[in-house]
Amino acid sequence: MHCQSLPGVRTRHRNIDIMIIRENTEGEYSSLEHENVPGVVECLKIITKTKSLRIADYAFRTARAKGRGRVTAVHKANIMVCVDGSLFLECCKEVAGGYPEITFDSMIVDNTTMQLVSRPQQFDVMVMPNLYGNVVSNVCAGLVGGPGLVPGANYGEDYAVFETGTRNTGKSIANQNTANPTAMLLASCLLLDHLRLHAYASMIRRAILSTVSETRLHTADLGGQGSTSEVVRSVMSAVQSTGPLTLSI
Amino acid sequence: MAGKAWRSSILNLLRQWGLSLNGKDKIKAQEVSRVVGALMKDTPQPRTFTRGIQTVTLIPGDGIGPEISTAVMEIFDAAKAPIQWEERNVTAIQGPGGKWMIPPDAKESMDRNKIGLKGPLKTPIAAGHPSMNLLLRKTFDLYANVRPCVSIEGYKTPYTDVNLVTIRENTEGEYSGIEHLIVDGVVQSIKLITEQASQRIAEYAFEYARNNQRASVTAVHKANIMRMSDGLFLRKCREAAENHKDVKFTEMYLDTVCLNMVQDPTQFDVLVMPNLYGDILSDLCAGLIGGLGVTPSGNIGANGVAIFESVHGTAPDIAGKDMANPTALLLSAVMMLRHMGLHGHAKKIETACFDIIRDKKVLTKDLGGNSKCSEFTGAICQRVRDLD
Repeated sequence: MHCQSLPGVRTRHRNIDIMIIRENTEGEYSSLEHENVPGVVECLKIITKTKSLRIADYAFRTARAKGRGRVTAVHKANIMVCVDGSLFLECCKEVAGGYPEITFDSMIVDNTTMQLVSRPQQFDVMVMPNLYGNVVSNVCAGLVGGPGLVPGANYGEDYAVFETGTRNTGKSIANQNTANPTAMLLASCLLLDHLRLHAYASMIRRAILSTVSETRLHTADLGGQGSTSEVVRSVMSAVQSTGPLTLSI
Repeated sequence: MAGKAWRSSILNLLRQWGLSLNGKDKIKAQEVSRVVGALMKDTPQPRTFTRGIQTVTLIPGDGIGPEISTAVMEIFDAAKAPIQWEERNVTAIQGPGGKWMIPPDAKESMDRNKIGLKGPLKTPIAAGHPSMNLLLRKTFDLYANVRPCVSIEGYKTPYTDVNLVTIRENTEGEYSGIEHLIVDGVVQSIKLITEQASQRIAEYAFEYARNNQRASVTAVHKANIMRMSDGLFLRKCREAAENHKDVKFTEMYLDTVCLNMVQDPTQFDVLVMPNLYGDILSDLCAGLIGGLGVTPSGNIGANGVAIFESVHGTAPDIAGKDMANPTALLLSAVMMLRHMGLHGHAKKIETACFDIIRDKKVLTKDLGGNSKCSEFTGAICQRVRDLD
């Protein structure tokens, strides 16, 4: 997930630009629970070397590709000595060795959240296991303006799925033409980038950013009264005004 | 007991019941929930109540611990608080059978006094023995960690009007420390949730809300993913809610709480949650009000034991240089006074502390000034005396 401060959106913190890379297949979400004795439930958190190396590798490759200088691993190794410390953190350190131009450091998750709400500008790329990833991505999404603005991308060996970053369904505001389409639209730009259709991706992204910077078009989640259809129309006309590549509708 | 002591113990008892002879420290309802609220309604009759003075176990801790403990003792002295300190050290020692434990004299002192104030303790990453904080927790069964987070007037952060309390289950959950290497390259950690512990913390959260006039309790969980474990926790919270219909009960997913907390923290009141989420959220909330240097914390245990502590680190880089900020330990000590029913003294010390921070003339480095710890302490002592 890429959390970036957007122009025209007023938030408590400015100049945030954090890439969050969250391991999405194991960890605390392994869904392995059992009740051995009535009243005592055990839930297993599994961390494997293969997946830790894989996610660390992805993080560093992405950092290098995007020219980012620092990767921070988020963990709780002082308490979960084996899973977070000996395994996850060690895997990250191992991969870091192969990318000498990128600074690698680590931070304990509770300190991370505290730092995020006081000085989020210090973070660049962050990599972490599943649960902390959930927490940190939601904190960052909140910091840049909320769930309506942040796109998310899920990458696998054979598939890639793009969606809104915080995965909220927004049941309470469904079908009222008040939802903020920005997150979904930006996610579609990530899809275009993934398909290497960069020209289209940039064109649409520029149109979205110019729309979001106009306060009068802000939807309810940003404190405005604009409607979903107005925002979409504005993005479409911004796209159409960029040149002969677009079809007039 | 001699005449003067008899009078002061009667006064203390009256203060506990919210009355006062001279009207000076009448406890107002809204004051109780202000900043660092009292933790229990029926404050247990202190065991060591000699001549009206309550004895409290003091654990100075490591690093800046001794300096800030001295600061707190000085301020309490200036406020003439009826507290006598019994200093104890808690370095881990290995008992018979190789089991790590805290020194027996420390344990004996806590068991006797029931109330403790603790400075920061070193948590070694690989020293052969478990962290001291963990040992204390296990020894006294400190099951609830309570952290009231209220914005401090005078110490600006991007978040204003924060006024919430995080109550974290502190004995089990993800921090059970049960880890295994299954096969090479696969490690598992077990998160343990028990009915008993969940019930205990849920009951405590509602009792706290009731005693401190808090309107609602929100259970934070991830029961959509961890169906059985967080599901059990949630069930227990719902049951406790049934027994406390006067307090509003809501449930919210952990990620939603995080998302909303950084956008609008005013929507939250009391939050109750298992260990890991509690750790993350309580630090998040501490960050909202200015960090661990200004956040108080209390741990409630079984058998009436309560240990109040500063939750920041030992800051070895500034230890011994008279640069430390005693605010966190001081506010925790104020929380302790309220727990013991000494509301008058608590209010006096708290007001003095906030006044000095608001004045901004004498502040330690982390608060944005460049005064020494002793100067900051001196200013608070002076203000306390002036308030008399």
